[in-house]
Amino acid sequence: MNPTPTPAPPVTPAAATAHAPTAIRTEGLRKVYRRAQDGLVAVDGLDLTVHQGEFFGLLGTNGAGKSTTIGMLTTLVVPSAGRAWVAGREVRADPVGVKSRIGVVSQGNTLDRALSVADNLAFRGRYFGMPAAAARHRALELLEQFGLADKAGAKAHQLSGGQARRVMIGRALMHLPEVLFLDEPTAGVDPQAREDLWQIIAGLHETGQTVVLTTHYLDEAEALCQRLAVIDHGHLLACDTPEAIKATSGAQTVITVHYDADATPATDALQGIPGGPHDLAVDGPTVRVRTTHPDGILGHLLRAGSAAGLTVRDATTTPPSLQTAFLTLTGRDYTP
Amino acid sequence: MTTANPITTTPRPLSSRRAAWHAYLALTTRDLHVLGRNLPALLVQVGLQPLLFTFAFAYVMPSIGSGLGGATSFSTILLPGLIASTLTLQSIMSVTGPLAAELGPGREITDRALAPLPVWALGLQKITSSAVFGLVSTLVVVPIVWLVHAPGNAPRAHIDNWPLLLTTLILSALLASTLGLLLGTAIDAAAFGALLGLLLAAATMLGCVYYPWTALHTIRWVQVLTLANPLVYMSEGLRANLTPSTGHMPTWAYLTALTLGTAALGHLALRRFARRVQT
Repeated sequence: MNPTPTPAPPVTPAAATAHAPTAIRTEGLRKVYRRAQDGLVAVDGLDLTVHQGEFFGLLGTNGAGKSTTIGMLTTLVVPSAGRAWVAGREVRADPVGVKSRIGVVSQGNTLDRALSVADNLAFRGRYFGMPAAAARHRALELLEQFGLADKAGAKAHQLSGGQARRVMIGRALMHLPEVLFLDEPTAGVDPQAREDLWQIIAGLHETGQTVVLTTHYLDEAEALCQRLAVIDHGHLLACDTPEAIKATSGAQTVITVHYDADATPATDALQGIPGGPHDLAVDGPTVRVRTTHPDGILGHLLRAGSAAGLTVRDATTTPPSLQTAFLTLTGRDYTP
Repeated sequence: MTTANPITTTPRPLSSRRAAWHAYLALTTRDLHVLGRNLPALLVQVGLQPLLFTFAFAYVMPSIGSGLGGATSFSTILLPGLIASTLTLQSIMSVTGPLAAELGPGREITDRALAPLPVWALGLQKITSSAVFGLVSTLVVVPIVWLVHAPGNAPRAHIDNWPLLLTTLILSALLASTLGLLLGTAIDAAAFGALLGLLLAAATMLGCVYYPWTALHTIRWVQVLTLANPLVYMSEGLRANLTPSTGHMPTWAYLTALTLGTAALGHLALRRFARRVQT
């Protein structure tokens, strides 16, 4: 018998929603753009599950297949194969049922330019069956909530990028959607507006809103999302909490040293890192070591390089992060 | 700025069919709202061309002794023709104008495509809204072609069959809007302005707007060629209903052409529209 009770493991947000009902499920979801050159496979056999109340992120570089995935889940892109259920409805069998239950903030500014800001929200409510007065009331309420009450009468084109994005989020919430999709919500907005948007989005999730967000910003994914799907070239590379992705992909520190000359001849000398084996790669003058025990490695590379007649021009140490995880998963640097 | 969501209970969504119907009506309300706000500019845009045309050909020309139309006053021939051409022009432009912006780089169409109705129904909604625009524009053009003429050259029109006239007007507006949707989804927006201008000019000149179709029997090949022009059936339909004394195409012929034309082009246009909206 252990006299001291074992403390319960901390409940992570992901653990809290792991057994929640499913908001989204996909099976072998695939999209081929036949009209593109050689039939571009944008998404290739995606299996995902998002739980109700979860904040789920799709992370990947531009062209990874994130927007195509969101497009299929929101019925605007027709899947080539596979199935997807959103809020209990299959996207191809009942697209109207899916659209009734989701809110979408697209990547571009899709505000109705013929309408005022308030009417953009109010008419969205009416498209979803809200009576005119109730829609108007909720529109003004949401604009107030997002600090845009003074823009109610403005035209859509008079808004800044950040304001337009906030209006679009408000518009997507008009009919109280079960799932809120945000496609690159902070792309192209200034840092202050980005902070405001993060605050709004995180606040929405705290009230129980299921959120699916795509982003190519690693810090955004890490700051906001409970679980992440890392997508590259249409394939799912990893799907877990940011912490677990970092851990399972090695949680490695990456040490990069640039010498003044080709380091290939000195590879053997550089390999002899004490406490090894370590994952060392030599590419011309650049040497990169991925390790879980980074102590002393930089010193070794300096000394071994010097003994081989190489001078260090530049050296960086990157602690374990989604960036190093991406490098481990794909074998290449994360360049959004 | 606060971040609390003020309402946390989710309403029960409507059945898909009812949701689609609500969305259809709300989208139409939105279009009428925009129409109402732009009405003054629209009236000028719709009325100016027929006004100038009737002024030149129904007032100035007969007044200086250069009247057209032979025994029938030219204003009588113009009355159905100008109504039909205005109806066509406005119905087409009220689809193609917004559509060029909606399908353009910003993809504003996404806003409407996310409304809970099938994509083909969204296309159909565009057709019916634009048909309403077209019919409103006829209300502007009728007093102009009725009142602007030289002394003694008033158009001679009488209506025997109101239901048939209304049917002809509605079918004409639907056919023109359908054409608008087909053109708007088939032609690249950048090339659109110039190309549409050319198409409409050709359609109007060969659309029996300025002469009755039956009078073309002396140039048989032109009479046959014009049958490929949808505007001919609209002009002739209105001619049959408003100014039958000038001679006109048989009722069965224009009604069949208007109905089958709308159905066939509508099928093509809605398919094309769905392909442009959904990838």
